[in-house]
Amino acid sequence: MKRTKIGARRPTIDVRHVAVMIGAPTLMGALTGCVQIETPDKPIEINLNINIRQEVVYRLDGDAKKLIEQNSEIF
Amino acid sequence: MGKNVMRMTKWKPTGLALAAIATTAAVALAVPSAMAQRDPAYAAARAAGQIGEQPDGYLGFATPPTPAIRALVQDLNIKRKAAYTASAQSTGSTVEQFAFTSGCNLIAKTKPGEKYQTPGGVWKTRDASPPERDARCP
Repeated sequence: MKRTKIGARRPTIDVRHVAVMIGAPTLMGALTGCVQIETPDKPIEINLNINIRQEVVYRLDGDAKKLIEQNSEIF
Repeated sequence: MGKNVMRMTKWKPTGLALAAIATTAAVALAVPSAMAQRDPAYAAARAAGQIGEQPDGYLGFATPPTPAIRALVQDLNIKRKAAYTASAQSTGSTVEQFAFTSGCNLIAKTKPGEKYQTPGGVWKTRDASPPERDARCP
């Protein structure tokens, strides 16, 4: 009696599983075909040094010295 | 009639608002920049070589800092950035340019035994010889 009950239930579950198992890969396949995420292999670098030229440093030197002298508590 | 009253009441607040703006501006100007003395903990950490000057014009940690030293340095760096920002504006330069120029001077000013960072990022102890600075430093 028990065996027949289990036997009767099994096919219904299997049918659902089969449906999911067929459906899922096809969906996945469709998605991977459409959505492609590529991460850059190198980090984005912003080099600030380009903006600092020697002539600028020379021009600002006097003001920098003054600032340091006048704000000795933070330098 | 009603319209005239509305106009009268509308004029008054603008006068008050201007007065309020004027007073807040006066208060802001009146507050002086606190000329606090150097924190003894900062001087000690500096002398001990725990913290030092970086080429970018800010303080850095030559050795892993205690929470107290970390907080101290962060506070000073925020104040430095504010000072650099003001100077950059008045000199028509960028904050990075002004900070970098200050860094050149601050590294030059380090005393023997104090730490500074080389352009390559290595922490060195200042000795009697000139410090290793960026080629663009005056």
